[in-house]
Amino acid sequence: MNLTLKIWRQDGPKARGELVTYQVADISPDMSFLEMLDVLNERLNAEGKEPVAFDSDCREGICGMCGLMISGEAHGPEKTTTCQLHMRSFKDGETITIEPWRADAFPIIRDLVVDRSAFDRIIQAGGFISVNTGSAPDAEAILVPKPNADRAFVAAECIGCGACVAACPNASGMLFMGAKVTHLGELPQGQPERAMRVQAMVATHDGAGFGGCTNIGECSHACPKGIPLDVISTLNADLRKAKSGRF
Amino acid sequence: MSRLPAGREKFTRRTAAPVTQATDGERYVAIVATSTLPASQQAVRSSIGLKLLMAGSGLIFVGYVLLHAYGNLMVLGGADTFNNYAHHLRTFGQPMLPYGGLLWIVRVVLLASLVLHAYSAFTLWGRANGARSTKYAVKKNVAASLSSRTMRFGGVALLLFVIFHILHLTTHTITPQGKQPTPYDNVVNSFDKWWLVLIYALAVIALAFHLTHGVWSASQTLGLTNTATSRARAKIAGHFVGALVATAFLIPPLAILFGIVD
Ligand code: HEM
Ligand code: SF4
Ligand code: FES
Repeated sequence: MNLTLKIWRQDGPKARGELVTYQVADISPDMSFLEMLDVLNERLNAEGKEPVAFDSDCREGICGMCGLMISGEAHGPEKTTTCQLHMRSFKDGETITIEPWRADAFPIIRDLVVDRSAFDRIIQAGGFISVNTGSAPDAEAILVPKPNADRAFVAAECIGCGACVAACPNASGMLFMGAKVTHLGELPQGQPERAMRVQAMVATHDGAGFGGCTNIGECSHACPKGIPLDVISTLNADLRKAKSGRF
Repeated sequence: MSRLPAGREKFTRRTAAPVTQATDGERYVAIVATSTLPASQQAVRSSIGLKLLMAGSGLIFVGYVLLHAYGNLMVLGGADTFNNYAHHLRTFGQPMLPYGGLLWIVRVVLLASLVLHAYSAFTLWGRANGARSTKYAVKKNVAASLSSRTMRFGGVALLLFVIFHILHLTTHTITPQGKQPTPYDNVVNSFDKWWLVLIYALAVIALAFHLTHGVWSASQTLGLTNTATSRARAKIAGHFVGALVATAFLIPPLAILFGIVD
């Protein structure tokens, strides 16, 4: 496959960026999107040019490190991560625009790499349960009803990639936050801190500069893990109950 | 960050301290980093608090427009029915309420709702703009419905229409129909003009769009849609309310325009 790439290049957080056009030739349809970028970078290296900076780690769709805006869709046209997206999803001769996640809460570090530590701060604020150190408790000591366990597992699939924020017209982080609140809120271990969790996480989310949710649904559509919109309903309900002291 | 509205910086400074645990006599207490979370005042300013204000005030509007649309249908009953209805609205609750008392209660509630609704809409609109100050060169809307994407400008259109509507049929400041003796004459001699019908029809369609997304969005904001089924139901309810309100509001003006009522 031969492709035209328009890639956002930006030297540093404060630098002015621009879309730069590159041609890549002989791309195999079986390559992943990141392997295609690797091919481009090898060439740029060989030419003594600065390679395109992008994030990745596991390259098997589980770590949440990768994430690119590909022709206007977060993680591209398939419901998967950028590292698991294959070039067969594109047409020969196609022009692909590649941009970083755009949200003021995710400042650009370089080229396509953004700083997602705002998500870490949301987790630090309340995305945890407190347990005693020492011997691990028996895994089955506390029974969890099957429907709650199932819903917790669905929400726990979130890998924190940030595609929801990138796709959201309001740059809201509520799908991510809703996933965490639902995951912990469905389990007995999550109950003691439930009211505090949601308040602290929402305050941190808003303070980090994410927008508010308007229930448009672009997030859930872009999410590589298919986190459903109903986690945002649970988030909203938890905040309402926490504020009115009904937990 | 510089785009954040004043007063929001204080959230940023609250970082998590390490989790500590303590024993309080027999009772085991987990002291978490956030136990000193500020008072509930911040719920109103949080994005979800603002959304709750928007949902609550929006649902008051929904209740009102349903009753209003039903009331308008009285025009179909002819001059006496409609004029009696208009009179009855003012004597409703007498002698416990003064003449026109109910109308004033409704007006105050609606005005308060409008202030809250517009305040939260514009605040969140501003935050959303600040949340992505650099736009994408290419961005596709793949899941967003038309109604969801027109909430803000559609809402502003509704606000302008509400002002026009009050000046037209409440205060009689704008009177294309001329000076009329009864409520019925006011209505009938207004909607025999195609351009007035057009303005009202466009506003009603804008309202239908706003309610289609609004009803679903309010259910979600209130936390009532925690399953796929309830989510689907809320969306159906949105379409139903939107279509119902639009139909009920459109019947009287169209009936007058086409001479079915005169
Ligand atoms: C002042 C003019 C108005 C503006 C600027 C406005 C704007 C908005 C915005 C931005 C939303 C949130 C949209 C979303 O969640 O995606 C909203 C929601 C809503 N609006 Fe309005 N609107 C206005 C007037 C009205 C009127 C006249 C009605 C009803 C007759 C109404 C009913 C609703 C309802 C039911 C909601 C759902 C609340 C929610 O999102 O949780 N609005 N409005
Ligand atoms: S909710 Fe989905 S899109 Fe958002 S961070 Fe988690 S995995 Fe990524
Ligand atoms: S690199 Fe780990 S999910 Fe893509």
